[in-house]
Amino acid sequence: MKFVKDIFDNVKPNFTNGGKFEKYYPVYEAIETLFFVPDHTAPSKGAHIRDANDMKRMMNTVVIAMIPCLLFGMWNAGYQHYLATGNEDASTFIGQFLLGAQWVLPIVIVSYSAGLAVEYVFAIVRKHAVNEGFLVSGMLIPLIVPVTIPLWMVAVATIFAVVLGKEVFGGTGFNILNPALTARAFLFFAYPTDMSGDVCWVELAGEKAVDGWSGATALAYGAQGVGETGMNVVDNLTKVSASGPIDFSPMSMFMGTIPGSVGETSTLMVLIGAFLLLATGVGSWRIMTSVFAGGAVMGLLMQGIGANEFMNMPFFYHLIIGGFAFGAVFMATDPVSAAHTNMGKIIYGFLIGIMAVLIRVLNPAYPEGMMMAILLMNVFAPLIDYYVVSANKKRRLKRATV
Amino acid sequence: MSKQIKIKKGFDINLKGKAEKNIGDFARAEYFAIKPSDFIHVSRPKLEVAVGDKVQAGDVVFFDKLQDSVKYLAPVSGEVTDIVRGAKRRLLEVKIKADAEDSYKEFKKYTAQEVGGISKEDAIKEMCDGGVWPHIIQRPYAVVASPEDSPKAIYISACDTAPLACDPGFALKDDVENFKAGISILKKLTSGKVHINIHTDAEVAPVFEQNAGVQVNKFSGPHPAGNVGIQIHHIDPINKGDVVWTVSPFGVAQIGKLFLEGKYDPTKIIAIAGGSVAKPKYAKVKAGTQVTNLLANNLNEDNVRVISGNVLTGERISNDGYLGFYNNELTVIKEGNEAEFFGWVLPTTKKLSFHRALGLMSFLNPKKEYDLNTNLKGELRAFVQTGAFEKVLPMDIYPSHLLKAILAKDYEEMEALGIYEVAEEDFALCEFIDVSKNEIQDIIREGIELLRQG
Repeated sequence: MKFVKDIFDNVKPNFTNGGKFEKYYPVYEAIETLFFVPDHTAPSKGAHIRDANDMKRMMNTVVIAMIPCLLFGMWNAGYQHYLATGNEDASTFIGQFLLGAQWVLPIVIVSYSAGLAVEYVFAIVRKHAVNEGFLVSGMLIPLIVPVTIPLWMVAVATIFAVVLGKEVFGGTGFNILNPALTARAFLFFAYPTDMSGDVCWVELAGEKAVDGWSGATALAYGAQGVGETGMNVVDNLTKVSASGPIDFSPMSMFMGTIPGSVGETSTLMVLIGAFLLLATGVGSWRIMTSVFAGGAVMGLLMQGIGANEFMNMPFFYHLIIGGFAFGAVFMATDPVSAAHTNMGKIIYGFLIGIMAVLIRVLNPAYPEGMMMAILLMNVFAPLIDYYVVSANKKRRLKRATV
Repeated sequence: MSKQIKIKKGFDINLKGKAEKNIGDFARAEYFAIKPSDFIHVSRPKLEVAVGDKVQAGDVVFFDKLQDSVKYLAPVSGEVTDIVRGAKRRLLEVKIKADAEDSYKEFKKYTAQEVGGISKEDAIKEMCDGGVWPHIIQRPYAVVASPEDSPKAIYISACDTAPLACDPGFALKDDVENFKAGISILKKLTSGKVHINIHTDAEVAPVFEQNAGVQVNKFSGPHPAGNVGIQIHHIDPINKGDVVWTVSPFGVAQIGKLFLEGKYDPTKIIAIAGGSVAKPKYAKVKAGTQVTNLLANNLNEDNVRVISGNVLTGERISNDGYLGFYNNELTVIKEGNEAEFFGWVLPTTKKLSFHRALGLMSFLNPKKEYDLNTNLKGELRAFVQTGAFEKVLPMDIYPSHLLKAILAKDYEEMEALGIYEVAEEDFALCEFIDVSKNEIQDIIREGIELLRQG
């Protein structure tokens, strides 16, 4: 790889002190370090040997963990299109995948380009290195938007999220909210008609949908059960499955062959990602398990109360529909915006699960509670940590006075 | 009451180049140096020698104006050849060209029986004059103790779990009597107990067994189980206002030797270890020795880093530098000043990691010996990962909260979060595993100094 090194060595003088592009050094550095782990050595006092892990490898692990969701999302985008237009039998698996990829890939590219551009600008202005944090955010954003989203909205939301969700606080490591969810929340409140309802989840590409098809998500059918009486959610889903092309059986919802945001429909793919995050220790098992536990407990409790039909829905439906699993595995576990203490993580995760289900079953206007639950607990995470750490301080104080 | 304590958190770093347990034959160094920077708290050293002066082993080289009873002595006899100063005329090194044979300044000599009868005041005075007082370290702050203090207890860690560490049992095998006398002196200095902490993995060396009137505590588990700070935390944690003292086993033997032999003779057995050392083994040297003769024809390669101390806490010295006062290892490893193509993404079995992020295979083979270099293996970043430091710091302390309190210079918060209980060496593993590559030990020392000088 010497020739690659030579290229960098040739270009480098332009970016270092006195060079033509001196102020763009962070950009050069970000690209160089993508190819080479630099020759930095440990300082002369302290730990002279260092762990092989670094921020890039850690973030890369998360990105790889999302690949199953991304690939499935591409296929599902194409598959849903053919289902809706009634050409499912005529299309091939590869054809479905390629069609979906044609819609999803531009979203990924726009998200990364817009976000990294902002990161570079801030790195140049602030004279610090470009942080790897956006590698994850840039992949998360395409996975949590509908496939029909106009690309300019992706760009606007990404820029909004990186600037106001992260950089104003000082960059990666200092943000309070999860940047990807900030983008999602921005889109939801700024362009609600493009982000909710029955039309945004499947790309029809101008073709006419078949009879009996509705682009509604499983959550939307659930939400119908909040306001209207006698609309048993499970019966309703069965009826829709029978009359239209989309199957809403628990198995299909688990596999993810239903309409929804690009990467969140398949609980199976999310679990594959979760397995990778847990096996590598990059994602917090405390947060993941406690989110699912909180959701299950609250689902059961609501089922017990049963004040509306959405509450009557079997509790495990909550865990496989909408963005619950995706949020639990990839969003709630963001180490910066989550609670930092081990005990705090358990409380934080549990409360996310509880809030997500609570928002879903009590609020017909807003079926997806996961995004709100995570953002809400992001805000409360420092408070949770505060009390956990206070307990430690009290223990220490008590020991001193005994 | 003896205690059995099981340390669960931590990480053993298994490195190549462990010192073979025999003492090599190395020519005595020509030069020796005493470095005031080895003693963190010495802020205003007063030199007692000038270039050209002849000194005996045991003559005063300098003392700290703020703690003038504690003397720092010449390890060998010879001629002062150089006084090295750094920025702002800070005193860095006093170099002595050693005589072929040392002549010693005489201190009062006692028999083993007489040692028990020495009064506390006399013992302290002898130790301060006799150059062995700096072996007594106080907690909080981990600096040389003040002779006026009366510690709650004295702790001796008789095990070193750091990578490539010198085995204190082996190094002190001929110092049984010195060690005993040292313990007998230390017992006079505290109203509380003298604790000797041993590790269950190692065979207990005779030198640590036959000491009357001490409490022997048994620790098990990975590094940092051998760190005295971790041990104190589990035996009787330090609270605000407490003062306890710690002494290394070598320091105890040095104290005993001063009383039994009536001379300052900082001869010690050190380990010469590390992946770049051709024949890693032990050596008998005096504190402050130039390392040239120890490394001559003993290195596998040229691009190396010589470290006085171990790889986690030591200090880089040049190839003809000098061994630090407190260090019992001379470690040499590869300098990692080379960029690595796709080093952050390619799978690797050659590099050690506490983590298991994608491509890091070392967790599959925990018994393997690694030959690590000094590369940072990443770039400096803000703190992002959470929950990792906790896994290698076996204390009831929130490490990242403490670090952030220090960075914010929040005195009350530092105190409340337990800064009195820690020393930088306890955070060495945090520094090793940190994916953000921060200088954690430096931050901890900065916090300690803020409070100490506060």
